[in-house]
Order: sequence, then structure tokens, then C-alpha cells
Amino acid sequence: MEIWFSDFSTPNIRLDIRVTRQLFSGTSDYRQIDVFDSIDLGRFISLDGNVVFSEKDEFIYDEMVVHVPMAVHPRVRRVLVIGGGDGGVAKELCAYPEIERIDVVETDPMFVDVCREFFPETAEGLEDKRVKIYNEDGLRFLRSRTDEYDLIINDSTDPFGPTEGLFTKEFYGNCYKALRSDGIMVYQHGSPFYDEDEDACRAMHKKVYRSFPISRVYQAHIPTCPSGYWLFGFASKKYHPLADFKAAEWNARNIKTWYYTTNLHTGAFMLPRYVEDILKEAEEQI
Amino acid sequence: MGNNRQQSAPLYEALERIRRMRIVPFDVPGHKRGRGNPELAALLGERCVSLDVNSMKPLDNLCQPSSVILDAENLAAEAFGAAGCFFMVGGTTSAVQSMILSVCKEGDKIIVPRNVHKSVINSLVLCGAIPVYVNPETDKRLGIALGMEPHAVERAVKENPDAVAVLVNNPTYYGICSDLREIVRIAHANGMKALADEAHGTHFYFNDKLPVSAMEAGADMSAVSMHKSGGSLTQSSLLLLGPDTDADYVRQIINLTQTTSASYLLMSSLDISRRNLALHGEESFDKVIRMAQYAREEINELGDYYAYGKELVNGTSVYDFDVTKLSVFTRDIGLAGIEVYDILRDEYDIQIEFGDIGNILAYISIGDRLQDIERLVGALGDIKRLYKRDKTGMLADEYIVPEVAVAPKAAFYSPKETLPIRQTEGRICGEFVMCYPPGIPILAPGERITKDIIEYIEYAKKKGCSMQGTADIAVEHLNVLR
Repeated sequence: MEIWFSDFSTPNIRLDIRVTRQLFSGTSDYRQIDVFDSIDLGRFISLDGNVVFSEKDEFIYDEMVVHVPMAVHPRVRRVLVIGGGDGGVAKELCAYPEIERIDVVETDPMFVDVCREFFPETAEGLEDKRVKIYNEDGLRFLRSRTDEYDLIINDSTDPFGPTEGLFTKEFYGNCYKALRSDGIMVYQHGSPFYDEDEDACRAMHKKVYRSFPISRVYQAHIPTCPSGYWLFGFASKKYHPLADFKAAEWNARNIKTWYYTTNLHTGAFMLPRYVEDILKEAEEQI
Repeated sequence: MGNNRQQSAPLYEALERIRRMRIVPFDVPGHKRGRGNPELAALLGERCVSLDVNSMKPLDNLCQPSSVILDAENLAAEAFGAAGCFFMVGGTTSAVQSMILSVCKEGDKIIVPRNVHKSVINSLVLCGAIPVYVNPETDKRLGIALGMEPHAVERAVKENPDAVAVLVNNPTYYGICSDLREIVRIAHANGMKALADEAHGTHFYFNDKLPVSAMEAGADMSAVSMHKSGGSLTQSSLLLLGPDTDADYVRQIINLTQTTSASYLLMSSLDISRRNLALHGEESFDKVIRMAQYAREEINELGDYYAYGKELVNGTSVYDFDVTKLSVFTRDIGLAGIEVYDILRDEYDIQIEFGDIGNILAYISIGDRLQDIERLVGALGDIKRLYKRDKTGMLADEYIVPEVAVAPKAAFYSPKETLPIRQTEGRICGEFVMCYPPGIPILAPGERITKDIIEYIEYAKKKGCSMQGTADIAVEHLNVLR
């Protein structure tokens, strides 16, 4: 018997994953949630038919959104994670003893429950006593926060559908307000390769570039995302991701990673020409 | 019993039957189910263009309905608690015009609030009736025109016993309702017809928490924009009749100006929407009310904005308030409503219904999602953070009492000359000037132009309001009577 899960990168291109069994299927107030076991990617979770992460490549996202800003900002005390219901980001953050509080805002309580049940190793990040989970809309949560966070990580990946409000100018503006005067916002910047994704990527950079004094983009290779190529955004009120990068200090911490290194940190900001062009055009399109 | 009948949608069902019969079309429209226009079919979808068909026996004819359209209209009448109903395909403008042309003839007087939609005054240009304006009170802070007060209607009726009808907005664009039952009573007691412009009131018919509807209040006719809160396609509308209205005469009036090729897309959308409202209207509008109320609370929580609601109700000029309307007063952040409207669209990709000098209106409907409400509130918060400025020197939106010097029709057809707007003070205007939306005239044909009005127009233009009605698109000049 063969069961294949198709993840559509575009209506015409798909990634097929052979599934050994389906562990969960349910519909929350926001979306359909499914969990599968596969041979090569291990266990993976999909939302409305799109792979969110797999056991095999989940560490790449988590490390890249956490260690990059943590190696730049000298003094992170309070962190806000938006959409981090799986706990992976919180887990990486827990490696930093100076962090006092991690607020995780996940709209969908079912997503948290499913992750806790089927991805206990990842979700253990949510059990740390510094972590507090809020089941609330991200924009709503941010509205009443001013000058509170050193770091905001937007872990939502999909600029279409229920989380689309987290890829808007109002979201970035509200993040700016919620950050302290030297705060950093890191976010999923999508894949720049296929046309529709490229448009979303362009629009996103245009909005962030206009909302923050410093706005840079960095990259990673993530097999389950469209085209396998993924971008992250680094928006900041004060610190530059390379000029203020403290490699030696970070290495002295001896944090165990599988993807991130301080060499990779610098390299991740070196982008292909076509991506540089997309970003530059978005910046000039004022 | 009502609900069982309301589950059917005769026109929609007839279209489905026709579609399955795969009839070979040797009639119009010439695109022949889209085959002759593949680009159009690709844009709208094959299903959609295949339903764009001509009147034929199994599908009835809007001009003289006798089968499925008549059945659909009767079901709509039943759903709205009306004695009769006409499907309209020329927008609510056509419903308003037919309503007025049905009761007014050349020289007749009709009592109307001045803050009517331009379609009302257009009808007066067409038929030569003379408006007797009841000047609404204005809310000083918000700068919006309020409802018609019964005592003002009473006075107008006493002063104009020969008037043939009274027309009421139910509600206004901003959600303000007049004491409709009382106004209907006054009109009927004086032998006048009571008409309602319910372009913004479709939902009143389907939820007990909302203000009284025109049919329930005993009005003789009402123009209902199904395509606004009712969910049908743009340009489809209903004209409802009370028990003492001659439906056959109204149909003749409608047929004076109505197309003989009515769109089945529009008509079937009315049929399906009516069914949906009759079956699910109550719960749908409960949800809309909850969303609007949530948005109001959250926006007021932001500070400096004022999203107003039921607290405006005072028993007279604001007899009731439509809580599904999300109107927000913006002047305290130092921005005109139209400026916030533009920023929302240009910077935040959020399109709202309109902005005027002091307010914005976001239209909340059965199609909205809570996450989009969060975006709107988040964007308003961000606009306040980034754009807030000193509000001194901002013009309060003001209702300017017009002086009707000449009847609209006479003025519209009079010999005119074109003058730069600054030189028109004291002259009689020969055309409309309005911000669109909301489409409520600042000047109508036959009204005297004053200094206040000129300043208001120039201020509205400067703030970015889209001005309409004048022959000069740029509104630098006005046509005035010679």
C-alpha cells in the first residue's frame, strides 16, 4: 500500500512525501491540522494541507530565528514569540539563561495540544517556567503592548490564510511599538523563488523596510519549504545584524546547534543576486 | 410554515434546470455561454458566464413576471413582511427612482430630509416634483446629519398640506434612525404616502436586535439594497410595497426606465440571498453585531478615536442606531476621515467604505472574519502612532442648511453659465456637487451657493474627497443659472 502526501509549492509543482500512517486529523476554529509519519522526514505536521515542519528539518527554522538575533542583541530579557505553538522556538530560547520571560502567542489552542501530543520533544520548550502561552490573535495581543520586548520572533510562516494578519504593515507597526528602543524583530520571510511567493516576499520587505530603521534579510536551506530555499527577516531599531554581531561572545556560550554557526551567520546575509534585486526594488518602491 | 417555503429558490432552481438541459442557444447574449468570449469566461468562470442568459419562457421575464420570477418576488415579499416586491437590476438608485416616480408627478411636493442620497433628488429632476426639505439636526462633535424628528415632519406637513409623500432614510449611511413609526403615522394621518430609503437597512428585516424596518413600521414603499448587507451581487436591489400600494401601477413606472434584458446573474443572486437571509439571517446578523461591537470596543480602547454606537440614541434626532455600522470619528488624531481612509488603503491594504471630513465608515457584513477586524483595529492603532498630529484648524464637518431657490428639474434644465467656483457666491447652482461616497449632495440643482458651501467644497477637495456631480470633473468651476 502506498499513501502519498502532496504539498503544493504552486498549483503546478508539488513535493510528494510517502506517508506510513496518519496519526491525527482535526479541524480547529482556524484550520485543518494533520499529523503524519513518513520514512525520510520522520513525523510531520500540516496545516490546511501545507507542511509546517517535520522532525527532520524543524531545527533549521528554530535555530535561525533564535540564534541570529541572540548573537547580535547584547541583552535580551523579554521575548515575544508569535505563532510558536509547537514550542521549537521557545526551546532554543531556553538555552539563554539571561532571558527572563518568553511570551508565546498562538491563536490556535488545538495546534498547541497536537504538538504537545505528537512532538513532545519540540513542545518541551513550552514547559520551561519562563514560558507563558497566550491563546490570542497576535495583532490583538500586540495592541496593548508598548516598549516591552527586546526581541519579537514571528514564527508564522504563511502570508495567506488565517495568519495573513501577521504579514501586514499594521503587524510590523505594532511590533515596533511593542519593542524597546533597541529591540529586534525576526520573522519568516517566505521563499523568493516561485512567482506568487516572490510577490509576497517583495510586499513583506517593502512594509518592514518602511517600518524599521534597519531591515535585512537572511537565508537558509529548508527541504520541506517551496523550492527548498527560505528567507528570514531581521528588523531592528538599533543593532545591525553584521556590524553588531558578537561572534566570539556567542561561541563562548557553547550552545549546541545543528545548523547555526557564527560563520554561517555572516554567510546567511550574503544573498543571491536575484534576491538582492527583489529587495532593492521593494526598497525603492516608495 | 414560512421557513419551509423560504427554503426554495424558484429562479435559481429554474436556472439549474436550464443548465442541465444543455439548450443550444440561438438567442442573445451573443457570447453563447461564454464560448464566444474565452477571456471573459476565464475571468468570471464558465459556470458564471453560462448563467448569463436571456429571458425565455422557462425563466420568466422581469418586465412582466408570471412564473419563476414572480414566485421568487413573492417569496421575497413574504421574507421581508411586505405585500409586494419587485426585483430591481439597476441598483437601489432604480428602486428609489421608481418609488418616487410612483407617487410624485410634475409640481407635486415631497417632504424629504436634506441628507438624502443623490438618487432621490435625481428622481425629482426626472419628474419635476418639488422637494420640501426637513433640515436634520447635526451632531456638533461628529459633524454628521442626524435623523428626521417627528415634530419637524409634523411642521413640514402642516405647512405643506398639499405634499404627496414623506421620505425617510432608514437608516442613514452612518446608521442613524428616525422614529419611523411616528413619521409613517403623521404621513398617513395627513393623506400622504410614507416612503423609505433602506439602502443601508436590509438587515433590519432579519434581526430583532436592530431598528424597526420600513414594512414593519407601516411604510408604503421601501428601496432595499440587497447587495449591501443582504449579500447579493452589486447592482441588484429590491423595491418593497406595503398593502395599500398599487403594484400594477408601480410595475408600469418601473418599466419606463428598466432594461428589457435583465441579468439573470443579478436576479438569481437576489433569489439565493433572500433564501439565505430568511433561513439564516438572524444568526448571521447576530454575528455581525458581535463583530461590530467588538471592533467598537477595541477601537475606543485605542484612545483618540471614537467609534460610536447606541449611546447616541436620544429619542428624537437619533431615535435608534444600527449597531452593525462601524463609524469612527477621527478628528481627534488630527486627521480627516478621508485622510485615514486613504492611509488605510495606500499603506495598509485595507479598503473601507468611505471617509468624510470627520469620520470613517468600515462596512461590517456577513462576509467578515474576526482576523480582519483585528487588522483594521491594528492598523488604526498604528496610524495613530505614526500620524497623530495637532487638530487645530481642522474644519468640523458641518451640515449646511440649503436654500432651495428653484425646483431641481427647472434648475437642471435652465440656461446656465460656467463660473470659477470662487465667483459663484450668491448664484443658483445648476448641478450637483457631492463627495462620493457617501453621495449626499452638498449642493443640488436649484440651491443657492453660499460662502460656507464654497469653503466646504474647497476643504473637502484639499483633504482628498472624491467629488462628483459637476460637469467640470476637476470641480474648479460650477454651472450656475444665468
